[in-house]
Amino acid sequence: MMGSENDDEAHLHASTDDMENLFLRDDADKSNSPPPITVTPADSDPLSATPQSKPNGGDSRSYIEPPSYADVIFSPFDDTSEINGSDDTHSSDYSLSRSPSSSASSDYIKITVSSPQKEQETSTSMLSGGGTYITYLITTRTNLPDYGGGSEFSVRRRFRDVVTLADRLAESYRGFCIPPRPDKSVVESQVMQKQEFVEQRRVALEKYLRRLVAHPVIRSSDEVKVFLRVEGKLPLQASADVASRMLDGAVKLPRQLFGEGGGGVETARGGRDLLRLFKELRQSVSNDWGGSKPLVVEEDRDFLEKKEKMVDLEQQIINASQQAETLVKAQQEMGETMGELGLAFIKLTKFENEEAVFNSQRARANDMKNLATAAVKASRFYRELNSQTVKHLDTLHDYLGLMLAVQGAFADRSSALLTVQTLLSELSSLEGRAEKLEAALSKVFGGDKSRIKKIEEIKETIRNTEDAKNVAIREYERIKENNWSEVERLDRERRADFLSMMKGFVVNQVGYAEKIASVWTKAAEETSQYDRESS
Amino acid sequence: MQSPRSPSSQPYLSASVTDPVKLGNGVQAYISYRVITKTNLPEYQGPEKIVIRRYSDFVWLRDRLLDKYKGVFVPPLPEKSAVEKFRFSAEFIEMRRAALDIFVNRIASHPELQQSEDLRTFLQADEETMERFRFQETGIFNKKPADFMQMFRDVQSKVSDAVLGKEKPVEETTPEYEKLKHYIFELENHLAEAQKHAYRLVKRHRELGQSLLDFGKAVKLLGACEGEPTGKLFSDLGTKSELVSIKLQKEAQQVLMNFEEPLKDYVRYVQSIKATIAERATAFKQHCELAETTKLKEINLDKLMLTRSDKVGEAEIEYREMKAESEEATIRFERIVKRMNEEIVRFQEQKTEEMGVAFHQFAKGQARLANGIADAWRALLPKLEAASSA
Repeated sequence: MMGSENDDEAHLHASTDDMENLFLRDDADKSNSPPPITVTPADSDPLSATPQSKPNGGDSRSYIEPPSYADVIFSPFDDTSEINGSDDTHSSDYSLSRSPSSSASSDYIKITVSSPQKEQETSTSMLSGGGTYITYLITTRTNLPDYGGGSEFSVRRRFRDVVTLADRLAESYRGFCIPPRPDKSVVESQVMQKQEFVEQRRVALEKYLRRLVAHPVIRSSDEVKVFLRVEGKLPLQASADVASRMLDGAVKLPRQLFGEGGGGVETARGGRDLLRLFKELRQSVSNDWGGSKPLVVEEDRDFLEKKEKMVDLEQQIINASQQAETLVKAQQEMGETMGELGLAFIKLTKFENEEAVFNSQRARANDMKNLATAAVKASRFYRELNSQTVKHLDTLHDYLGLMLAVQGAFADRSSALLTVQTLLSELSSLEGRAEKLEAALSKVFGGDKSRIKKIEEIKETIRNTEDAKNVAIREYERIKENNWSEVERLDRERRADFLSMMKGFVVNQVGYAEKIASVWTKAAEETSQYDRESS
Repeated sequence: MQSPRSPSSQPYLSASVTDPVKLGNGVQAYISYRVITKTNLPEYQGPEKIVIRRYSDFVWLRDRLLDKYKGVFVPPLPEKSAVEKFRFSAEFIEMRRAALDIFVNRIASHPELQQSEDLRTFLQADEETMERFRFQETGIFNKKPADFMQMFRDVQSKVSDAVLGKEKPVEETTPEYEKLKHYIFELENHLAEAQKHAYRLVKRHRELGQSLLDFGKAVKLLGACEGEPTGKLFSDLGTKSELVSIKLQKEAQQVLMNFEEPLKDYVRYVQSIKATIAERATAFKQHCELAETTKLKEINLDKLMLTRSDKVGEAEIEYREMKAESEEATIRFERIVKRMNEEIVRFQEQKTEEMGVAFHQFAKGQARLANGIADAWRALLPKLEAASSA
């Protein structure tokens, strides 16, 4: 993940920062004359002195004031602070909450995942007898009316619950761009250090839940509300098999299509055959862009065009996201090397001053000090710049997840269309059989009791299949609607998010470049006596 | 490049190293330079002279000066070898040319070295003569037999001292000189570190430039997928990114030539001072040993004179010869000491000036770069603002 520092690096930077702080603090009090500088050890906390010694880059022509050094590093109440080493350096405020419904200044919903805890398996289920599992504390802070006005509440959930939630949402919101849930990562859970894995999962869960509640429709779903509010065991049924999932989905349909209190779908024996049919159809559509199964005959050219565009877009986002990571790394290293250069000159300054025999040495020590000061300050600005850049360019990374969601939505549509088409062909073959039987019957004088019975049965099946076909068609149309509105929404939000990202990125670059320029301009002025205007 | 001051009453000597040209083929290919000398000194053949020289000629000159002017900090040369594929790159050639130019000019402006006959040869001799000189004197052939014996004796005495466990103090141990030696050795470490980071900084500039170039391209492709106004904005963003990348690459080269190279030169200088320190130690040792040997010979002579031995005559001659050699060794040593004292002052002043210039140029370059970057990105803001508020 971009921009994260592991513990070792943080420690190194802490001691480097101390040295820089000692140096800069002394510098802040010094005038620019040659007398030797003594870098006295500070007895006050070097870190607290930082804000004072930070140069005031208050140029009138400075376009914007980037957040101060203090804001970036010392944000103890923000769970995304650098010092905690948390990967999640962007808060949900930056990304994904710019849909029109939440742009009203008062609406917010913020989710935090924390305090992983080991718990004992109590139930005697087949899966694990007496094993342990991890639960996470999920805290929600919101003022949405759906959740009962301004409130804060917490529940404990395990990963299995998240899987359940995701599965249920997938059934209920077919055609929607549902953010993909974190992987089960079975291999990683065996291979990684327990602590690291738990932390990785915690971060992933937080990201996932934040994305879920950023979706204007899903955030108000029963499933999500139940998941976030109801303490104790999660009262959502885990979906055991595809068939009953289909059943659930089919049962819900009338309610959604006809409003409240619609009748249920027939689940007679004919219905059961249909369900089996549905199950087979479901499984036949793989979860890619539908390229490998040419069963679905999609004739909607607009849709095909749109799908192609999405594929292309996803590829470009992947590419841009990768380059963004490289850029961030390069900025980071620039800052680090600049800082190391500064430190090397700090040491040289000290050395020359201690050993000085000639005035030329003292003069040189002074020059080096000016250079070192500038380098150390510039280094800090580079690092601040970078942590901001990470936040902005993370938008690209976020949209990769969303592209997966779009894939899911399109897959729902394909599978629904497949259902319709299969039912249509099933229907026509049934009708063919019925015709044949009737023709055969008419040839036999007096009728054939068994044959008549067969025809009756087939006609019954045909009726059921007709019903199912109509339901399937309505489902398909509904999903198409969802697809379309979701893609519209996504396009809109993406445009806004990308615009915001670009603006943030550019403002950042300008602001810090100006600060860095002023630092070096000062150093150039301090050494202006060495200006030899040749060539 | 220095142009001569107008009135020829002021003595001047300046030289420039220009026009690098690749000659020869394959493994034997090398670079030749034009060396242009301008002077009004009577020892020289006329006001202007142009000769062609190659790197090994410069090496010859330096070796000769080291040999003849012990105690002087002879200016250092840029390194001999380089990675093969880099050896003929335009950047490397230019950096070497600049370094050689500085080398010759430092010699020409040094009060003692500028009198050197070898310098005159270097600046004036035709190419054939120069080649002959170079052939004779480079490599192991520039060491005279006497030097070999001395080196051998040094090694011997060191070994025997160690073997016999003798703690013969054959080193100067005045506090000032100790301080100087310590200073020089420590200074090299500090400078080497600074130079290392300076070199890395050059690389960082290049890497950041490259990453911005790639990022710009990626962003442009992304823009092609999007409708307006996002698409156009991405395209502009990509273009700016590429522009900034170019600025970074340019600055990388400047930092390399005007900041890292002077630091490297500083390090070389300090290393050359270390060599001078070694020379002084050798001279001191010789002076001590010869003084001691002379003393012994004197004592021996007195003994023989007392016993009226017939070996007196021989011993007297030996004694006088040894005394003369000892006095010469003392003079050599003292000349080194005197020179070093003067050189140190010059060195410190020169370095303050040169590093001051390097720092100033570095700071100016970084300021220019940062301002350029700010200007480039800033140009995008009006459009981004407009799109945001729409």
